[in-house]
Amino acid sequence: MPDEMSPAMTAGDDLTTRVLRIIAETQRKDPSQVTIDSSFEELGIDSMDGVNIIFALENEFNINVPDEEVKNIRSVRDMVEGVRKLVVGADPGSDSAPAAS
Amino acid sequence: MRRVVVTGIGVICAAGRTTEEFLQSLREGRSGIARLRAQDEWGLRFSTGGEVDGYCAADYFAPKDGDMMDRFAQFAVIAAREAVKQSGIEWTQDLLENTAIVTGSCIGGQATEDQGFWDVYKNGKPRVHPMTIPKTMANAGASAVSLEFGITGPAFTVATACASSAHAIGQAYTMVRSGMADFAVTGGSEAPFSFGLLKAWEAMRVVSPTICRPFSKDRNGMILGEGSAMFTIETLEHAQARGAKPIAEIVGFGMSADAHHITQPSAEGAAKAVRMALRDAGIGPEQVGYINSHGTGTTVNDSTETRALKLVFGEHAGKITMSSTKAMHGHTLGAAGAIESTAAILALTNNFIPPTINYSEPDPECDLDCTPNVARAAAFEYAISNSFAFGGLNAVLAFRKI
Repeated sequence: MPDEMSPAMTAGDDLTTRVLRIIAETQRKDPSQVTIDSSFEELGIDSMDGVNIIFALENEFNINVPDEEVKNIRSVRDMVEGVRKLVVGADPGSDSAPAAS
Repeated sequence: MRRVVVTGIGVICAAGRTTEEFLQSLREGRSGIARLRAQDEWGLRFSTGGEVDGYCAADYFAPKDGDMMDRFAQFAVIAAREAVKQSGIEWTQDLLENTAIVTGSCIGGQATEDQGFWDVYKNGKPRVHPMTIPKTMANAGASAVSLEFGITGPAFTVATACASSAHAIGQAYTMVRSGMADFAVTGGSEAPFSFGLLKAWEAMRVVSPTICRPFSKDRNGMILGEGSAMFTIETLEHAQARGAKPIAEIVGFGMSADAHHITQPSAEGAAKAVRMALRDAGIGPEQVGYINSHGTGTTVNDSTETRALKLVFGEHAGKITMSSTKAMHGHTLGAAGAIESTAAILALTNNFIPPTINYSEPDPECDLDCTPNVARAAAFEYAISNSFAFGGLNAVLAFRKI
């Protein structure tokens, strides 16, 4: 029932798509190969690749992922959920703070 | 082949500005890791490092001479001066022409480069300092040592990341052993504390935000350090002929490439280098009394190194004694092999095992004796020093008491 999706859900799905796209781009995979259920093994993601993807996600979403969070990320789903948590938690006004001061 | 001995040692690092100070730190388990000078201004995820506390170039160099060298090259000269002095060598024209210099550096004078790039990219300046190129080049340390003493023999610098100076010492050893040079000044130096480079280390997520705890279950990364160690080495015959007292003998050198991953270490690759060093030394695993491990304090290095040592030492692994001194002086990158070889030689000649400080909790994946927290008295004949670099390039040196 897509017509009943709430705006929040739509935004969430858009976030998922963006995370999957960044993972595909960083791993040099076709986007169709990367789904939220893909395992790191399937995508050939080792620990250095993981750090590279998180770097790309930090830039894409303008977030900072703490080192201790990185240790717990073991799947594509963890990445999507981790980003969602940080994006939702971020102060949307923070980017414009310098202009306001 | 000719026997090769160490006749002089010089060191400057966070855990000591001379060999004597460094020896005291190793005995007492004293750490030189402290809050970074520029931490407040840099705002990194980590805040500590192994800097040479209170270092001032003017204490060692005339102003104009100091200006010509990056900090890493200054450290090389300071350590080389101490080693040369201890060796008691009397330079002759012939000896200067037949002395080799082989140094290791991972990143050269990148703090100088960083400053230059900061000026043009950030500060909007139209030009960088003309000395940026000659101060940044990785061979500036070897060149500065040659200028300091007037040495005109074969001289070059080896860059193999965190194994650089172990490879350098190994090269100098093979050159003296084979007769290519009669005398050599060899070691490594590094000065990695600049904003750009620290941001790069921060991005790799391998630097501890708190403290370096090699082989401890709660370890969470390495701590960077700066400094240099230099040796004078020569043939045993050459040393005896001039009445010099050898400190230790270099008896083995092993190298390997993992061919595995650009950053993930391989136990097989590391084991291969250790085996080659022991074979070169003509000794069995049970003869090794102390291993100065690579022991960075990262989750992966320490467990992989443990597996590597088990591959080499087999059933004897439970009886070996090792430690990581990085918790005291930091990971000095291209200087690490030389500073840690110094620790191994000082342990050998002073009959003790330096401790792995900050150790708090046993890890089943790092279950070898790493001499936790407190130094231990021990008399032994052979010590080895392990260096395993990013890029999977490994170098191991073996030393014998003399």
